[in-house]
Amino acid sequence: MAEAPSVSVAFVGSGGAGALTSGRLLLEAACKSGWNGLLTRSVGPQIRGGEAAALLRLAIDSVECHSNRFDLLVGIDWLNANRFETEIPLGPNSVVISDPNGAAPPAIVAASGAQILELPLKELTKANPSWRANMVALGAAASLLGFDESILADLIATRFEEKGAEAVTASLEAVRGGAHALGNHRLGTTLAPPRRTAARRWLLTGNEAVGLGAIRGGIRFAAAYPITPASEILEWLAPNLAKVGGCLVQAEDELASINMIIGGSYGGAPSLTATSGPGLSLMVESLGLAVAAEVPVVVVDVMRGGPSTGIPTKSEQADLNIAVYGLHGDAPHLVVAPQSVPDCLIATQWAVYLAEELQTPAIVLSDQFLGQALLACARPADVSFIGQRRKATEIAAPYCRYALTADGVSPMAVPGVPGGQYTADGLTHTVRGLPTSSAGDHDAQLDKRRDKLERFAYGDLWATLEGEGPLAVMTFGSLTGAAREAVGELTRAGHAVRLIAPRLLSPVRPNDMAAAFQGVRRLLVVEQTHSAQFHRYLKAHYTLPADTAVLNRAGPLPIRPGEICRALLEGGIS
Amino acid sequence: MSDGAPQVFSLADLYAIAYQIEADAAERYTMLAEQMEMHNNPELAGIFRDLARVEAIHRDEIASAAADPDIVAHACKVARWRSGESPEAVDLSEAHYLMTPRDALEMALAGEERAFDFYNRLSDAVDPDVKRLAAEFVSEELAHVELCRSLLRRCPVPAPADRWIFEDPDLPVSQE
Amino acid sequence: MSASVPLPLRPHDYKSDVKPVWCPGCGDYHVLIALTRALAELQVPPERVALVSGIGCSSRIPAYTTCYGFHGVHGRSLALGAGLKLVRPDLTVVVASGDGDGYSIGGNHFLHACRRNIDMTYLVMDNHIYGMTKGQPSPTTEPDIDTALAPGGTGLRPFNPLVIALASGANFVARAFSGNPPETAGIIAEAVRHPGFSFVEILSPCVTYRPDQKVWKERVHRAPVDATDDAARAARRLMTDDGFNLGVLYRGNRRPYRPHGCEQIGELAELEKEFEL
Repeated sequence: MAEAPSVSVAFVGSGGAGALTSGRLLLEAACKSGWNGLLTRSVGPQIRGGEAAALLRLAIDSVECHSNRFDLLVGIDWLNANRFETEIPLGPNSVVISDPNGAAPPAIVAASGAQILELPLKELTKANPSWRANMVALGAAASLLGFDESILADLIATRFEEKGAEAVTASLEAVRGGAHALGNHRLGTTLAPPRRTAARRWLLTGNEAVGLGAIRGGIRFAAAYPITPASEILEWLAPNLAKVGGCLVQAEDELASINMIIGGSYGGAPSLTATSGPGLSLMVESLGLAVAAEVPVVVVDVMRGGPSTGIPTKSEQADLNIAVYGLHGDAPHLVVAPQSVPDCLIATQWAVYLAEELQTPAIVLSDQFLGQALLACARPADVSFIGQRRKATEIAAPYCRYALTADGVSPMAVPGVPGGQYTADGLTHTVRGLPTSSAGDHDAQLDKRRDKLERFAYGDLWATLEGEGPLAVMTFGSLTGAAREAVGELTRAGHAVRLIAPRLLSPVRPNDMAAAFQGVRRLLVVEQTHSAQFHRYLKAHYTLPADTAVLNRAGPLPIRPGEICRALLEGGIS
Repeated sequence: MSDGAPQVFSLADLYAIAYQIEADAAERYTMLAEQMEMHNNPELAGIFRDLARVEAIHRDEIASAAADPDIVAHACKVARWRSGESPEAVDLSEAHYLMTPRDALEMALAGEERAFDFYNRLSDAVDPDVKRLAAEFVSEELAHVELCRSLLRRCPVPAPADRWIFEDPDLPVSQE
Repeated sequence: MSASVPLPLRPHDYKSDVKPVWCPGCGDYHVLIALTRALAELQVPPERVALVSGIGCSSRIPAYTTCYGFHGVHGRSLALGAGLKLVRPDLTVVVASGDGDGYSIGGNHFLHACRRNIDMTYLVMDNHIYGMTKGQPSPTTEPDIDTALAPGGTGLRPFNPLVIALASGANFVARAFSGNPPETAGIIAEAVRHPGFSFVEILSPCVTYRPDQKVWKERVHRAPVDATDDAARAARRLMTDDGFNLGVLYRGNRRPYRPHGCEQIGELAELEKEFEL
C-alpha cells in the first residue's frame, strides 16, 4: 500500500445529515494524532437542511489548497449532490461510499471510474435507532483511512459530553458500526505517519486569523455589519476586542460601519471593519474620505462570487479591481492580499501597521476560501508589526495637520490635545486643513498622499518570491497555495520554476517587480476572476515577459495545482 | 429682540451690562464685515469695520471707566437676556451680500434705538449712581441715533425690501 | 489657535478666524453664535469638543470653530460621530447637519442614532431646502414649493423630524430658532448636558433660496408647556405641533449606550490559546 503526504476526503449529505460535523470530527481526530489538514465546506442556499459537502485534505505538513483528486467521497445521501460534483474531482483510484438502498450517486461518479463501496446506512440506522448516519459514515471513512478507533473515541467522548453518556455511547457504537460494515477495506493510498515534532500547532480559520492579526497589529475598535463570508471576523473580534480594552459596535449598514471606524480612528484608536463585495461597494466613497483626510482604517474584504449578491458562500478574487481602483478621484491607498490561512494573521497585522504608519486606509483582500477554511498548521511565526501613528504632541501655532514633509506623513493631532484643533476634511484642503479649490494646493496634497505611499520601505513582505528559473507562476491571495504546490511538483519533476505572489497590491512596486521578473522567460498568471483582472492589472503597471499566459477562471471552482502545472508547460518550455 | 432684559442692582452691574452691549455690537459688526469681505462687497465691509471699531472703543472706554479688572467675568454673569439679544447686537438675518450703506445704517439705527430704550428704562432706577450712569448712556445713545439718522438722510432711498432678488445679475452657484 | 485658552472661556474663544462661506443673512451665522455661547456656558475647553458634520451649508460649521472638527461625506456624520464618541467618551461630541444631509441621505443613521442613544448631541440646521446644490427640495420642503427639480412642488408630505426622533428613541428632543441665539444657546447647552442622544432641530432660514422664510421670525413661538419625560405625552403634543413651537419637548431617562466591557486579559498571547491543538 502506497503512503502519501496527503489524503483528500469529502462527505456529502443533505437535510441535516451532518456531513459538515463528520468532516470536522475527522479533521480534529487527525490533528490530535499529529497530522495537519484543511477543511472547507460547500453548501446549498438553504439556511438549514440544505445539501452540504465537507472537503478535507489531511496531510503530514501544512497544506494550503485542495489537491487534484479526492481519494474518498462519502455519500451520506446523494440528494442534490450533483451540485458539488465539479468541486469534488474523482479518478479511477478514488473510492466512493454509497448506500445501496438510497439514491444512486451522481453520474459523474460512475464516469470517473472510482470504486464504489456499499455502506447500508439506512439499514444500519433503522436497526440501531440511536445511531446517526453521519457517525456511521465517519466510522467507515476513518476505517478506510486506517485510523485507529481510539483516535475518534477520545474526541467523541469530549465532543458529546454535554449531550450525555447515552449520546457518547451511541456515537461510539455508530462509528464502530460503520468501520465494521466495511470490513478490512482500506484506501489504496494511506497517509504517511505524522511527523513527530514539538512545534506548536494551531487549528483556526482565516477569518479568525484576521481577527488575531488585527488585534496584534493594534486594532482596538471595530464597527460591524453582518455579511457572508466575513461575519466570523467580526464575531471573533466582538468578545476578543473587549478582552484587550477595545470594543466592537454593530452598525446599521456598511455606510455607517466605515464611517464609525473613520470616527474611531480620528479619535486615536486603530480601527477596522470587515465586509464582502456588496459592503465594500457601499464603503468606497468613505474610503476616499479616509484617503483625503488621511485617517488610517483597515477594511477586510472577504471576497465572494460577484457581481451583486453573486455567490455569497463561495470564493472568487474578482474584487481586485474595486479594491485597487474603486475609489473616485486619485486616491492612493493600500491593498494587501493574504496568501494563506496563517498569512491572514500576518498580512492583516501588517496592513494595520502600514495604515497607521502611512495614515491611509488599507484594504485586506481575503476571500471565502481563506476566510472559512479551517486549517491545522504550525503556529505562524510572530511578526513585530504594530501600528505606530505619528502623533502631534508639542504643537506650535498654527498647527498644520497636512504639512508637507519629506516622507509625506504629517504628525496627526488627536482630539484632546490643546493647540492641535483642526477640521479633517474631504474637501481639497490647505496644509492647515482649510477648504481650497486652488490648483496649487490640490497638486501639493495629491503629491503628498502619493509620495508617502511610494517612498515607504515595505521590506520583504511586499511579495512572496520562491525558487528560480526561467519559468514563473504569478498569482495573488488564496491561489498562492495552489501555485506553490504546482511549483513544488514541477521542481520535483526537474523544471526550474519560481513563484511570484505580491502581497502588496497597492501601491505597485515597479522596481521590485522588475527584479522579480529578472530571467523569467515564460510567465503564467493564475487568478480566480472571469475577466483576468489580475493580468490586466499587471499589464497596466509592470512590463511582463513576452511569453505570458493566463490561467483564469471565475469562482467558485478552485484552480488546482495540476491545472497550473499543465498550463505552465503548455508552451513547451522546460 | 431685547425682552427679558437683565436686572441692574448696582453700578458695577450696569458697567458690566454696558460693556457686554458694546462687546456684542462690536462682534456682530465684525461678523458682518467678514461676511461682506467674503462676498466681495468692500464698501459695506469698510462700513461694518468702522462700526465694529467704534463699538470696540466704546467697550474699552466702559471697561476703563468701570475700573473693574473682572468686568468680562462679571458681564458673563449679569449681562444675560432671558430671551432675545442685547440691544445693539444687530440682526444678522437682515444682511444680504448686495446690501447698501443705507441698509447698514438702518440696521445700526435699529440697534442704537434699542440701546436707547434699554438705558432709558433705567432712568427711574433707585440707586442714584445707576440712575446717573444710565442717564449718561441715554444721552450717548441718543447722539448715536441722531448720527445714524443724519447719515441716513444723505443716503438714497432704496427700492422695496425684496429688490435683491431682481438686482442679482448672476445666479447662485452650486458648490457641493 | 493658541495652545491653551485661560478660563473662563468666552464665546469668542470658540470662534475661529475662518470666514464662513454662508450667504450674508443666513440663519447658520446665528447657529454659530448660539453654539459658541453654549460651549462657553459649558466651559468645556475647545480641544475637548469635536464637531462632526457631513455635506451642505450647515456642515461647514466645524472649521468656523476652534474645536476639533470633521467635515466628512454626505449623510454619514452621525456614524462618524458615534465611532468617535465610542472610543473617546471623554470628548464632547456634537454632530451638525442639515435637512438634506440629516433627513434624506442620512435618514437611516438618524433612526439608529436615536435608537442607539450614544451620549452625543445632534444639531440639524433645517432650512427646508438644499442650499449648497442650488435649491432642490429636501425632505422638509413644503409640498407646493416650486423648484427646478420639482416644478410646481413635490406634492409630498414633509418629513417630521421631531416625530421621527421621538419614535426612534432619542433621549432629548427640542426645537430652536436660529434667530434667537440666546435661547438656542441655552437649548444646545442643555442638550449637551443631557445624557444620551440629544436631538435639536434648529429652524435656520435660507436667505437665498427661501426668502419666504423671513416670516419665520414672526411665526415662531415658545411652546406653551414645559418639557416632559413621558414619551407618550410628548407624542400627543407633536400631533398638534405647528412646526414652529420652540423649546425642549422631551427629556428622557434612557441609559446611554456603552459598549459591553469585560475582564481584560494580561497578555495578548492569551488570545491565541483557543487555537492551540
